[in-house]
Amino acid sequence: MPQVFHPSANTLSRVVLFSLVVGPAALLGLVYLLVRSPYQTQVRVIREQPVQFSHEHHVNGLGIDCRFCHTSVETASAAGMPATHTCMTCHSQIWADSPLLEPVRASLKNQEPLAWSRVHDLPDFVYFHHGIHVQKGVGCVECHGRMDKMPLAWREKPLTMEWCLDCHRNPEPRLRPKDDVFAMDWEPPADSGLALGGELLQKSHMEVGQLTNCSICHR
Amino acid sequence: MANLDREPSRRTAPPPSLAPGHTYGSVTSKISSLVLLRPYNWRWAVGMGIGTSLVILLGVAVFQLLSLGVGIWGVNVPVMWGFAIINFVWWIGIGHAGTLISAILLLLKQEWRTSINRFAEAMTLFAVACAGVFPLLHMGRPWKFYWLLPYPNTMALLPQWRSPLVWDVFAVSTYATVSLLFWYVGLIPDLATLRDRAKSRYAQLVYGSLALGWRGSARHWARYKSAYVLLAGLATPLVVSVHSVVAFDFAAAIIPGWHTTIFPPYFVAGAIFSGFAMVLTLCIPLRAAFDLRDFITDWHLDNMAKVILATGMIVGYGYGIEAFIAWYSGNPFEQFMLLGKGRPFGPYSYAYYAMLTCNILIPQFLWIPAIRRNPVVLWVISILVNVGMWLERYVIVVTSLSQDFLPSSWAMYSGTFWDWATYIGTLGLFTFLLFLFIRFLPVIAIAEMRELVHESHERSGQGHGHSGAEAHGETR
Repeated sequence: MPQVFHPSANTLSRVVLFSLVVGPAALLGLVYLLVRSPYQTQVRVIREQPVQFSHEHHVNGLGIDCRFCHTSVETASAAGMPATHTCMTCHSQIWADSPLLEPVRASLKNQEPLAWSRVHDLPDFVYFHHGIHVQKGVGCVECHGRMDKMPLAWREKPLTMEWCLDCHRNPEPRLRPKDDVFAMDWEPPADSGLALGGELLQKSHMEVGQLTNCSICHR
Repeated sequence: MANLDREPSRRTAPPPSLAPGHTYGSVTSKISSLVLLRPYNWRWAVGMGIGTSLVILLGVAVFQLLSLGVGIWGVNVPVMWGFAIINFVWWIGIGHAGTLISAILLLLKQEWRTSINRFAEAMTLFAVACAGVFPLLHMGRPWKFYWLLPYPNTMALLPQWRSPLVWDVFAVSTYATVSLLFWYVGLIPDLATLRDRAKSRYAQLVYGSLALGWRGSARHWARYKSAYVLLAGLATPLVVSVHSVVAFDFAAAIIPGWHTTIFPPYFVAGAIFSGFAMVLTLCIPLRAAFDLRDFITDWHLDNMAKVILATGMIVGYGYGIEAFIAWYSGNPFEQFMLLGKGRPFGPYSYAYYAMLTCNILIPQFLWIPAIRRNPVVLWVISILVNVGMWLERYVIVVTSLSQDFLPSSWAMYSGTFWDWATYIGTLGLFTFLLFLFIRFLPVIAIAEMRELVHESHERSGQGHGHSGAEAHGETR
């Protein structure tokens, strides 16, 4: 009886057996990396906007406070986007003819708000409240990064549930005195360690155990 | 020497596990010819046709479910577990006989397992496949099934370890993996036999690839034997553990009628009970259709009937203890469920009494040897036992949930058309897989049957009947 298989089948079978084990593992590894990559999380990916607004220029260069534009950040769930009138406070006088600002002038003229593309957009099943985070002493920088160093806005953190829970499980190192919430360059006092965070935690009556209840974020 | 040890226990002389007069060659030819020489006949086509039609029904039911949601099933408050969990437990239970036959009976050196282990293992695999369909569909969003597994996700979440449903995931997937490995390892020498006997080039290639280069050398056999026994050792605890975990789904809850410590052992007994009934349901027509009475003798049927009788009585004991503890505990909710208007005198009492009839009363006929050796009667009894075991899960799930602690939330339950379509669809899936198996793989383990020939020759002593040399002569 002739041989059923050519000798090369030996190599082929080894390759098949090897890839049966390694293939699925490699595929899972790829998925693992992909969901954490900027492709999925959009971290440090600049988003196209109707107007090329520079946070770096307005915050760092001009020293405008976050709350000048994001007016409801201390009290409401949404930080709030500025009305076109807010822009026009200055830009009716300065750079009033700049072609870069044409969409802003058009917005005022047509009474149509600028359609900004949201950089930090949580899924609809997540309840997030800016006010409570500001009131309890979570600095803007903790989630949004150094906005004063972004010529065009990008997302600094992945906004995954894992990332939210990192802080909700262990808030101490991310807390600061309420007065410093909007400071971009605040550093905890040297050699304070976690003492400051612990103190702030107590002062604001936070129960860390409750911060990871499902209903804290999913209501 | 082993023969001498066995001799005293053989005084009552069990009949041989193999009809006399078989040689290595005749055993191999007969079993492999089912696959290689006379594969298609009208019986196979009818069976396959029924199976395929019902698989299509399953496909329609699943499509309907995925497009409209689990609302098309009868489940609603308070009966949130309906057909899905009933069918899941029923199918998983059926699988247990295969594992018991292949693992425990192997370790106990029960040679009568040899001719039924292959298709009993196949039955296990297909039953587990059918069982797996139900929890997946019951999720409502089956494409999120991987949330049941502890994998490194960006939600920083693990499954709820305190939930028996998560234990189920591990129990059932381990069970499926070990059963598949066991079945496949057992098949390797037979696949090589089929490769060597196949005439078609494609069959040679397919069986040859699956045989993993088996040449039947002494080294191959030595490794094969140790792997097989090791897998049997791995599979043995699974016979007990899987259905215990399934029982925890109920026993870990506080619902009256579920919250019982007898559940794990009595579920395991029930699983083996229903599994052996299913083996009989399958092997009686199989041996008639393919003329396998030489290999699956009446003695095999007799043995399986005895297992059914024994496990059926354990199940009956379980029912008795449930009722006794309900009375003895003095718990009014337990008493209501198990002794009052819950099961025996409640709205589902018809199912309860049908269950008692099928599971307790009918198997008592198996005390009579003539019935144990009558394939037709045995087949009918095995079907009734399967029905009874389905009703058992129906009674457990539905009666306890429909009348819980709060009478204002009581509601009746019944399966909808789509419930039945899904259930019957999985019966079709089972049939479909089984007929594929009958068509493409040897239904009886050829290599192990050859071993049986060898042993029976040794036992009868060289020179009686066939000489050893004659039997050894033909190996292909």
